Amino acid sequence: MSVETPEVLVVGAGPAGLAAADAARRAGAQVVLLDAAGDAGGQYWRHLPAERPAARERILHHGWGKFTALRGQDVLTDAQVWLAERHDDRPPTLHVLVGPADGRDRVRKTFAPKALVLATGAYERTLPFPGWDLPGVFTAGAAQALAKSERIAVGRRVLVAGAGPFLLPVASSLVRTGAGVVGVLEANGWPRLARGWSRRPAELLATRHKGGELAGYVRDLVRHRIPYRAATAVVAAHGTDRVEAVTVARLDPRWAPIAGTDEQIEVDAVCVSHGFVPRVELAVSAGCGLDAYGAVVTDDDGRTTVAGVFAAGEITGVGGADLALAEGVVAGLAAAGSAASAAQRRARSDNQAFAARLEAAHGIRPGWTGWLGDDTLVCRCEEVTAGDLRAGAAATESRGLRSLKLSTRAGLGVCQGRVCGRTVEELLHRHTGGLLDRGRTESRPLAAFVRLGELAATEQVAEEKEPL
Amino acid sequence: MTLPITVVVDGVAMPGVAGQTVAGVLMGAGRLSWRTTRNGRPRGVFCGIGVCHDCLVVVNGLADVRACQRRAIDGDEISTEEQA
Repeated sequence: MSVETPEVLVVGAGPAGLAAADAARRAGAQVVLLDAAGDAGGQYWRHLPAERPAARERILHHGWGKFTALRGQDVLTDAQVWLAERHDDRPPTLHVLVGPADGRDRVRKTFAPKALVLATGAYERTLPFPGWDLPGVFTAGAAQALAKSERIAVGRRVLVAGAGPFLLPVASSLVRTGAGVVGVLEANGWPRLARGWSRRPAELLATRHKGGELAGYVRDLVRHRIPYRAATAVVAAHGTDRVEAVTVARLDPRWAPIAGTDEQIEVDAVCVSHGFVPRVELAVSAGCGLDAYGAVVTDDDGRTTVAGVFAAGEITGVGGADLALAEGVVAGLAAAGSAASAAQRRARSDNQAFAARLEAAHGIRPGWTGWLGDDTLVCRCEEVTAGDLRAGAAATESRGLRSLKLSTRAGLGVCQGRVCGRTVEELLHRHTGGLLDRGRTESRPLAAFVRLGELAATEQVAEEKEPL
Repeated sequence: MTLPITVVVDGVAMPGVAGQTVAGVLMGAGRLSWRTTRNGRPRGVFCGIGVCHDCLVVVNGLADVRACQRRAIDGDEISTEEQA
């Protein structure tokens, strides 16, 4: 199998990756840009596929003009990186399967780039609550994806809940695809929101695009008379084969539900998001250092701790599309051996303030475990409950995440702990009085699910599913 | 212009349009869940972006395909339960 050796390989064609590839190309580098999805745009600029052209695509998007300018680039789509093979003296070699998602006859490609830019984005963190595995309970991102790339409204009476500004564009997309939204619930109270959002007005000015974007979503809430309630959460979902109602409760500032505030609301869908987890499996495979939040550490040029490997966008800390674009430009230029201008660097650092404010105003608080019951599922794949985790920790007296995962099976299912990993770590950390190996959930030898049969013809011998 | 397609779900023809994912076709037809866990709990789309693997289906005899990621192709045979 031939190995391609581009000057710059960019993984991920969302805002950061598109900007990085574009900047590197403008600096004269030969670039390959790839993405696992069938289209460029990432999660932010999700859109109807080419087979379903929509005249009014723009109304569902912010910065659509920017995307239109960036999307003309060559993008290798349906390209799933499954292994990063580390080297001591150069960026890793990436092994890629190209073809229909989870197919069996995909084309194998191998890239040994001179410089690698990782722009793999983030996925949502959704905290468990009783009934969260009922059909009709979605991540907020699922509702957004179904609205933007399928034009499917997930329900007629939809409740949007969780924490963070992302709840607003989700509510907005829902009403623009014809769903009825009965409310938006933010777990944090007004005092924390006010501190987080209005403390440093200069930063708001620097991120004025973001401010304008949020204002647009708020207008949609007002126009559709959708109530926005602070310090409130969905603490249970009810139904047999699908969600029919939810219990919501007021939260204290630590996110602990306040007794006596329960209220039942009829719904046919719930969309929940409590924040984002950087998608770092490739970065971890490549050996890149992570910070305390599990994001890839970078310097002012987007360099990671591994020579020749750069990172941009949400994997370096969640901060939204404007920051991702700015980081992409800087990292793309650096990967091409060129330097960013003072203005380009300023755009990057101005937007980084947004990430800190996001965490200050909306970060997860520890009291949320107050809405868990012993029989609440934590790991959806292996169907491990909160009680199983507590019992497992008590029975083994182990403080090792690895051994506790093996004894409880939590996080060992087909999603490889991507949905529950941080929650499992948080709960076990408390039950054990402190885990010895916290953070290792992010360590996955294979970056994606692959079939043994598909790899049979390659030289690599890999297990289909690594147990930890 | 959209191009109509037909996929076969558990032996029954189901209409869709080119470019939809398998999950899009199923949800467009009003299906909210199509898989059961080993404990008998129903599952459909949860994350919608290929992370959670809740929405797995069998496509043309191949198991463990994420319905939210796989584009539906005219004539695809979808099975919602794995053959023993």
